[in-house]
Amino acid sequence: MSEITPETISHLANLARIALTEEEKELLATQLDAILDAVAKVGEVTTPDVPRTSHPVPLVNVFRNDEEVHTLDREAALGNAPDSDGTRFRVPAILGEE
Amino acid sequence: MKDKLMDFDKALELFEPVIGLEVHVELNTKTKMFSAAPNIFGAEPNTAISEVCIGLPGSLPVVNGKAVEYSISLGLALGCKIAEHSSFARKNYFYPDLGKNYQISQYDEPIAYDGEVEVELADGEIWNIPIERAHMEEDAGKLTHVGGATGRIQGAEYSLVDYNRAGVPLVEIVTRPIFGTEGKAGEVASAYVQTIRDMVLALGISDARMERGNLRCDANVSLRPRGSEKLGTRTETKNVNSFRSIERAVRYEIQRQAAILASGGNIIQETRHWHEDTSTTSAGRPKSDAEDYRYFPEPDLLPIQPSAELVEKLRAELPEAPAKHRRRLKESWGFTDLEFRDVVNAGVIPQIEATVALGTSPAQARKWWTSEILRLANERGVEAEELVTPAQVTDLDAQVASGAITDKIARTVLVKMIDSGKSAAEIIESEGLAVVSDDSALEAAIDQALAENPDVLEKLREGKLQAAGAIIGSVMKAMAGKADAAKVRELLMAKVSE
Repeated sequence: MSEITPETISHLANLARIALTEEEKELLATQLDAILDAVAKVGEVTTPDVPRTSHPVPLVNVFRNDEEVHTLDREAALGNAPDSDGTRFRVPAILGEE
Repeated sequence: MKDKLMDFDKALELFEPVIGLEVHVELNTKTKMFSAAPNIFGAEPNTAISEVCIGLPGSLPVVNGKAVEYSISLGLALGCKIAEHSSFARKNYFYPDLGKNYQISQYDEPIAYDGEVEVELADGEIWNIPIERAHMEEDAGKLTHVGGATGRIQGAEYSLVDYNRAGVPLVEIVTRPIFGTEGKAGEVASAYVQTIRDMVLALGISDARMERGNLRCDANVSLRPRGSEKLGTRTETKNVNSFRSIERAVRYEIQRQAAILASGGNIIQETRHWHEDTSTTSAGRPKSDAEDYRYFPEPDLLPIQPSAELVEKLRAELPEAPAKHRRRLKESWGFTDLEFRDVVNAGVIPQIEATVALGTSPAQARKWWTSEILRLANERGVEAEELVTPAQVTDLDAQVASGAITDKIARTVLVKMIDSGKSAAEIIESEGLAVVSDDSALEAAIDQALAENPDVLEKLREGKLQAAGAIIGSVMKAMAGKADAAKVRELLMAKVSE
């Protein structure tokens, strides 16, 4: 059962800002389909009385105090960036959003 | 391209407006939502960041407990239920305002939900605004578009990113659709945001300065034909950064949408940008479907389950609700309905409250904030609270009250205080603005004026007292308005009887 179409892949690729060839889209559509099928198997064993969890460890309310100010040195932060003006990260202009 | 607008009254005849409001509140915690980097405004670019704020690989977020408490308090003040179980989610989008390529937010398990806020309009009408939810998230960084004619994104060559704001704790408050506002849609929207502002100030959880983006409002507007049950397609107007603008933006969208619908067109579901300079909106990006954000539970953070004890403790500490608080202030300040309405319209209740708390009389505080300061704010196109602080107003008013300067000079001093940030006393001293009641200086000026108007003394001796006006006027002029007029009259009359 193929639910993932090359069009879906195109849409996802656009959201993820990656360029794909037609061949890659075809290939990924097949692969993602197989992955979804595999994951869907989990659904076969879930029962309604098992609450959803987003974490394997039964822990809640892990907080930090609002103190211990820590900053990253700007030079170090910008050092890893492909481009900067010395104070800010420089990125390509992205059209269509503001 | 200029939008076609329908006359406002005509638009209301044909359509019913439905509004919905999203307000983002930046919390004033010391550190950020998920890291110990400082939460400060106005620092040098990228000097208030940590590995987490810029999304370095391997960095992990840890929730700021204080931000959670603030969010619960705000939820309670909004009349919401506090979730027994709440969790964070990733909202995925690719834009360089966040280095991680996702925003940590809350999706299906917000911290607070199902509330109601009482909002009072300037004319005393009460509206109960239904709250759908309030959820926690992190703010994004600030982009500056470089190149291109207007500094806007269109035509920009590149963008510069400052991540100081990235990770600042935010609470987003979402209303349910608000029906039946009719011609007051804009007014209700503005009054609601003011109420939220008053609320977070009273709670002490945000600096709530709109011009700094501490409080931001997105206004959703849709129209449906009279008699129709089905909600129309909505637009979401962003970038509305003053109370005045909220009212105008809602009105504008009603008029714009009505013109499109009446000519048989369809409203596009999209983000609209408000332009303060032209008082218009323009199309932004098409509104993404929620599923395009591919929300999923945030694996780096654990759920939040606030204890009943904590919630009840925070509930017990809640300040008076804004609408109730407002009624009490009106009573204690002794303002008339009309005076209070001016205060409400000017949006300066917290300012007057703070000014009175510093020792200025309510009448004087009202006078300053609703006349001279408001006039200057309008002239400069900013909010009154951006211009001057309650402490400055108190400082200035004390100088008037002590007789050190005249009312008229005080207005000059106010402008100089605003522009220089100096104290009233410093300005009065350095500019020599103090009232001159020194006899010898006044006598010299009077003698000078009498020499120029030789017939005045004679007229006064004949009992033509109005002749004194010319002398007082020219003494005032010679002393740049700083002469103590009563004293001048007294000295002049002494000369008459010499």
